[in-house]
Amino acid sequence: MVALNQLIGVCLVYVSGLFLVAFLAERAALRGRGGWLLRSPLVYTLSLSIYCTAWTFYGAVGYAARSGMEFVTIYLGPSLVMIGWWWILRRLVRIGRSHRVTSVADLISARYGKSNVLAIMITVMAVVGVTPYIALQLQSVTLSLTIFASSDPATQGGTINTAQAAFWVAGGLALFSVLFGTRNLNAKERHHGVVIAVAVEAVVKLVALLAVGTFVVWGIGGGVTDTLARIDASSIGGWQAKDGRWSALIFLSAAAFLCLPRMFQVMVVENDDERHIQIASWAFPLYLMLMSLFVVPIAVTGLALMPADANPDLYVLSIPLTQGQNGLAMLAFLGGFSSATSMVIVATLALSTMMSNHIVMPIWLMLRGGGAQRSGDVRAVIIRARRLSILLIISLGYFYYRASGGSGALSEIGLISFGGVAQFLPALLGGIFWRGATRVGALWGLAIGFALWSFTMLLPSFGVDAALSQDVFDRGLLGFGILRPQALFGIEGMDATVHAVWWSLSLNTLAFVGISFFTFPHPLERLQGAQFVNVFDHSSGPAHGWTAATSGADDLMIMSQRILGAAEARAFFDRHARWQGRIGSLPSPTPGFVQALEREIAASVGAATANAMIGQIIGGQAVSVEDLLAVADESAQILEYSSQLEAKSRELTETAEELGHANQKLTQLSLQKDSFLSQISHELRTPMTSIRSFSQILRDTDGLTPQEKTRYASIIHTETIRLTRLLDDLLDLSVLENGQVSLNARVVSLHAVIDQAVTTSLAGSARAIAVHRDPAAEDVDLFTDGDRLAQVFINLVTNAIKYCDSAQPQLRISVTQTGSELRITFADNGSGIPADAQALVFEKFARLGNGGGDGAGLGLAICREIMTRLGGDIRYVTDADGTTFEVRLAATLVVDRGRSLLPA
Amino acid sequence: MSKTPLFLERKRYRMRRIVDAIRILPVVCAVLWIVIPLMWNTAQEGQAATSLSTALWYIFGIWSLAVAASFALWRRSKAGDEGTDTRADDASR
Amino acid sequence: MTKHVVLVEDETNIAEAIRFLLGREGWRVEMLANGSNAAEVIRAAMPDLVMLDVMLPGKTGFEILAELRGDPACSDIPVLMLTARGQARDRDQAMQAGVNRFMAKPFANDELLATVRELTAGRVS
Repeated sequence: MVALNQLIGVCLVYVSGLFLVAFLAERAALRGRGGWLLRSPLVYTLSLSIYCTAWTFYGAVGYAARSGMEFVTIYLGPSLVMIGWWWILRRLVRIGRSHRVTSVADLISARYGKSNVLAIMITVMAVVGVTPYIALQLQSVTLSLTIFASSDPATQGGTINTAQAAFWVAGGLALFSVLFGTRNLNAKERHHGVVIAVAVEAVVKLVALLAVGTFVVWGIGGGVTDTLARIDASSIGGWQAKDGRWSALIFLSAAAFLCLPRMFQVMVVENDDERHIQIASWAFPLYLMLMSLFVVPIAVTGLALMPADANPDLYVLSIPLTQGQNGLAMLAFLGGFSSATSMVIVATLALSTMMSNHIVMPIWLMLRGGGAQRSGDVRAVIIRARRLSILLIISLGYFYYRASGGSGALSEIGLISFGGVAQFLPALLGGIFWRGATRVGALWGLAIGFALWSFTMLLPSFGVDAALSQDVFDRGLLGFGILRPQALFGIEGMDATVHAVWWSLSLNTLAFVGISFFTFPHPLERLQGAQFVNVFDHSSGPAHGWTAATSGADDLMIMSQRILGAAEARAFFDRHARWQGRIGSLPSPTPGFVQALEREIAASVGAATANAMIGQIIGGQAVSVEDLLAVADESAQILEYSSQLEAKSRELTETAEELGHANQKLTQLSLQKDSFLSQISHELRTPMTSIRSFSQILRDTDGLTPQEKTRYASIIHTETIRLTRLLDDLLDLSVLENGQVSLNARVVSLHAVIDQAVTTSLAGSARAIAVHRDPAAEDVDLFTDGDRLAQVFINLVTNAIKYCDSAQPQLRISVTQTGSELRITFADNGSGIPADAQALVFEKFARLGNGGGDGAGLGLAICREIMTRLGGDIRYVTDADGTTFEVRLAATLVVDRGRSLLPA
Repeated sequence: MSKTPLFLERKRYRMRRIVDAIRILPVVCAVLWIVIPLMWNTAQEGQAATSLSTALWYIFGIWSLAVAASFALWRRSKAGDEGTDTRADDASR
Repeated sequence: MTKHVVLVEDETNIAEAIRFLLGREGWRVEMLANGSNAAEVIRAAMPDLVMLDVMLPGKTGFEILAELRGDPACSDIPVLMLTARGQARDRDQAMQAGVNRFMAKPFANDELLATVRELTAGRVS
């Protein structure tokens, strides 16, 4: 027999050992050591085993003893979730990591626009939903103590005061949880100590259950075959599946596995590496299978060996005890104790985080109003809030235990909890898979689901006339027959659990989806929705935009210090200052920095609170147009596409315009060419006409006077010269255009060249023109082909003489020299060239108007070709008064006076 | 064998099929665990219920297979992730 | 009675050649080098023949022709158009505008004289 005191002593030693392990793990993590273990997939998988609570350890056997194989549904659901990790878990973990999610309430509230209402609601629901679960742990530990007490001669009459025992157990668990869960002042970091302790406990409970199972099968049962035979022969030996319970419970357990705050804590929040999920995808189902393996044999053996009034929930303990296996019994007790404590620690840790982040902090912020940047350590408030929350949650569990009379079967209590937290499922899955899910839809879905769950599952669990009167059970709420808690809408005959799960979850989903259809999410909600649903597309993409803050980084720094701790806040700010290239000062509060800070703070206090706190300092956030466009991927793509199209069409328009211009020019050129052909024909035929006519006259006419003969012969001569000149021009242009011209470059005086040009032009001209010059400016030596340059100048001066329409024609020749070029400007005082003709003046064969003149319109075209060859250019100055041409030469061609410098 | 586009293609193809298998596995398990037991006989008049040992063998058999399959897929996808050279890939066949 | 021709031609050398040729045939040749007042001169002179160049300063030969043909008084004065732009298009345009003859430059002296005679055969007694 094991003495109760001895048992309690062992428990204390065990707890101390756990505490030591946790402490060492924390310290190792703090020093950056032991990462191979703390961050190993094994520890991750084992920490998931907090799914297996005292309910599993004790309750599963009881469940099997009552309902046969049905107990296994509770483990098949989670196995399916883990095996199907690709579908949901992968997504949840990625979202949790990229958004620094702290709890399931945080995730849902963040998804629906960082809604605090939603966070509070989920927190309350979670606390209410998990309370029976905590009570279940208290009950199981108390029961197990009772078993030992009944066999301990030291206790009078073999009984102990269960209420008192439960109170002490509750107190012990509370102390344990407070020490474990909030020992670490840094609320943000992963709880390495807790996780490692949970992992140790996972091993202990598995080993304990396997030990009892092995003892039952080989120690009592005489091997596998015999045991199987006895199983078939037992009272639960046939397959029983009641009214859809089988599939409903698999679904319910899968849902609860995803939604339970403590599972979310270890699965998502404490996840170190996404690759661990895939390892857990086979390792955790394996663990569950091993935990379930001996349940039926133990149950059957218990049924056979134990008296009929023995509680089947305690077979795991009572069988070794009755067989005199005290050591095994002690191990089994430790296993059960481990199951209970690990569950309570992690559950209260998760719930207290939710309570402090979503209820206490918002209230505190509201009361302090705008005081987030005032002095005082917020972390102390958070820690205190968490400790109080833990005490509150465990007290609730204790009171539930007392209220429900501690009489229910463990499995039924567990299912009530499952039903409660499963209400999160529609909002959770809808949030991560469906962009159309809205906050209002989620609120209504949760509210309806929670109300129905309370009415059909939670309140009836207190028993008839406790929370609901017999009258309500029989005739419905307020006398409405359709509102009977176990036969809603008049549908009777369903199993109570299936009935409750069916109605609460289906109406929850219906409300959630239906109301989401008819409501419109606000911008932040849409933004978050897009980020959650498309987490694999842009997990590091932009969140909402904080407008660049006007307030200084000082306020942010003060606030951050109080939440993150001074050293860590300093490190964070320094890191960002370095990225911004502002070493040694605070980072400037750019939208990017503020967003990073918000996520950092969210990791401590949750998304909604962090958002509110930052909002207090920054003074409001803007969801920019860009953000909204990023929300709607499709519309962003469409926009991008359309802007591409726009660019393309702009390009096309430009091209078309260019083509139009080119076409216009071509048309003009073609017309120009036609008119040139006429012109050239005219120019050739005109002298030919005189030549032919007079040569005929000279030949055929008798009796011409010598004077007449001379005169007619000289006309012929003049006209042949004119023809020759025209042909020369054409040849000249052709040669210039083909680049076959040979330049005779040497040092020439610009003044001399202009002299030559002016003299030559004026000599052959009938009209007079006054030429103004600036000899001083012309005093420049050039290294160029003087004859060609003179040809250009002659052309310009001749044109001025020919076309200047002023009454007193004047031509001003000026020379200016800038750094890179030499300009010689020929400006007359005429009316200039019409704008529409300016573009064509340098084209070949252009000849303006019908004006007289003996040129064929080749002059300026030749000038341009010559200037190109000489390394300069000629252009028409559009903004001058008269006709102004500007000849430009590169300054490199200018030779300094006194030096005959030839360019290389 | 040198790295050829053909080889890389095949590797990527194999990774895709592994992912397909990862996706399908839970569906298969769900069908085997949820649907099949619904067809079993319960203890009614005139017929014996499917024996509990049969149920145990079946449920735990599927469980073992699911764990094994999940384990195999993990190994495969890990090899696919890490196997950048041909030998690793060949070894995983 | 002296035959009278108005010659509108800006090329002085060509005008001189024509004046020489027609002068020897007994024509009185009135020469204009500018197109701008040609129609008025012709209307005033009512010559037996008008010879027009096309490319003229002031007005083109076609413009002068149009003015003549639009005036009933001088609409039946024969017009011989001479042009150095001897393209088919110019010829068509001239015929449509109502010239009696169209001659491309350079011309043979005989040909010119024959044409002049032909144009004035019925008119000059």
